[in-house]
Amino acid sequence: MMPETALDLETQIAFRSFNFYYGKYHALRNINLEIFRRKVTAFIGPSGCGKSTLLRTMNRMYDLYPEQRAEGELILDGHNILARGTDLNALRARVGMVFQKPTPFPMSIYDNIAFGVKLHERLNRVEMDERVEWSLRKAALWNEVKDKLRQSGMSLSGGQQQRLCIARGVAVKPSVLLLDEPTSALDPISTLRIEELVAELKEEFTIAIVTHNMQQAARVSDFTAYMYLGELVEFGRTDDIFIKPRDKRTEDYITGRFG
Amino acid sequence: MVDMQRKIVRLGLGDWVFFNLTRLFALITLLLLGGIIASLFVGAWPAIIKFGTRFLFDTEWNPPMDTFGAAIPIYGTLVTAAIALIIAVPISFGIALFLTELSPVWLRRPLGIAIELLAAIPSIVYGMWGLLVFSPVFAEHIQPLLTATLGKLPVLGRLFQGAPMGIGLLCAGIILAIMIIPFIAAVMRDVFQVTPAMLKESAYGLGGTTWEVVWNVVLPYTKAGVIGGVMLGLGRALGETMAVTFVIGNSNFLDSVSLYAPGNSIPSALANEFAEASSGLHTAALIELGLVLFLITLAVLVFSKVLLQRLARQEGVKT
Repeated sequence: MMPETALDLETQIAFRSFNFYYGKYHALRNINLEIFRRKVTAFIGPSGCGKSTLLRTMNRMYDLYPEQRAEGELILDGHNILARGTDLNALRARVGMVFQKPTPFPMSIYDNIAFGVKLHERLNRVEMDERVEWSLRKAALWNEVKDKLRQSGMSLSGGQQQRLCIARGVAVKPSVLLLDEPTSALDPISTLRIEELVAELKEEFTIAIVTHNMQQAARVSDFTAYMYLGELVEFGRTDDIFIKPRDKRTEDYITGRFG
Repeated sequence: MVDMQRKIVRLGLGDWVFFNLTRLFALITLLLLGGIIASLFVGAWPAIIKFGTRFLFDTEWNPPMDTFGAAIPIYGTLVTAAIALIIAVPISFGIALFLTELSPVWLRRPLGIAIELLAAIPSIVYGMWGLLVFSPVFAEHIQPLLTATLGKLPVLGRLFQGAPMGIGLLCAGIILAIMIIPFIAAVMRDVFQVTPAMLKESAYGLGGTTWEVVWNVVLPYTKAGVIGGVMLGLGRALGETMAVTFVIGNSNFLDSVSLYAPGNSIPSALANEFAEASSGLHTAALIELGLVLFLITLAVLVFSKVLLQRLARQEGVKT
């Protein structure tokens, strides 16, 4: 592989003086961070450090809960998405999300994928069939489900369901994918498949992944952010973070001295 | 050692007693159900052999002549319940949607309690309110409006013709709708609330609006509960006696399809006539009415089960 140069890196998402509150609780403190286009950025840190919270700000999922609010700037492709008047539905079409547990909708495999597409695009039958196949192939699920697209999404195994959720997110053609501990409910083999998938998907998508599993972060990510108590302690290339962390706290966490 | 053995024996006995006691309770419900069906059949038998299936389709209900056809109360029961559902289900859905997804947090509790209180109003109060307050307003303002709008429609318009008298099938249906809204809305709200947050977030995460998320994801996910709530409301609408008696008009003659016409329902016919039923056949006919109502409710239950199965099939085969 060609060594990367700084020129390959293009900032897609930038947090500037970013703060987040659950009611009065100050959950994220003065975050400054850049996420690069078509790279995998992993967020690690002990439970409650705010990594999932940070992830959920990038599609403004927190807007569903009135007591949660964000301050500062969060730039996506040059626009501050915290600004008033941001079209949340359009934002979420550009920033897809996959959750800790598989959440197939109570409908067929085909409709699970078509649902999100129909929200934003008008496709005819043939185009929709193509899109469903395309996204299932992207999620490495096509060969397993192509003969049972009319079956319930809930009839799949846990690992397949999670890949269905990834396919569902990909089908809308977002530019960013947020993965919130996507393998925490899966067995090791399914986990491996998802990790391989992440490596393939980064050809086309910017990926932010929250994980509890440091080996996973080391395996799948290009950049790693270590968070602790709502602060971004250290951010850098994954190799640097894992081999020669600059901050004592990062080192302690990575070497398993706490956390 | 001996103490230990005694303890085991005692515990075993306790288990045995508990098991049989709960089984007895469960069997009693079955026994009661069977007993009620059997006594309805026995009581209705004279009318059943006298009229046969004509009982269901004959519109003449004439106690002095001892001829009894139940078509009008059956029709009234079904029509008022249908009107009630047509009005109540969308409104309840809207209420539940607002309470779970759109309402500001501080408004949720007071609104939720208000809806539950609506369910606590005794039905006779609804009946009096319907007769004394609602039906005059209904006759003076709403019915002329309906005639002028819906009444102009090609086929449907025939349902909204005739003299605006207030009381009648439509009025009873509306009062029933008000009565069953709290039941349906409360059940819908409860089942919407137990939808996993992550499932809703997944749908919002794809860029769905509140409506799209609730309609396409929350509603299918909670369909068993929602249909249960609707059936609860339908059950109440079919069996409601007091409020309907006040506003339905209690007429056993029906010569038009208009919903403005006064009519009768099975429960209200029973309430009005049972005390003064003289002949044996009159009593038997009334009991047969009760049996018919029971069968209608049973049919509703079966229908809802079938509906759920069909919905499950639409959603895709589960292996």
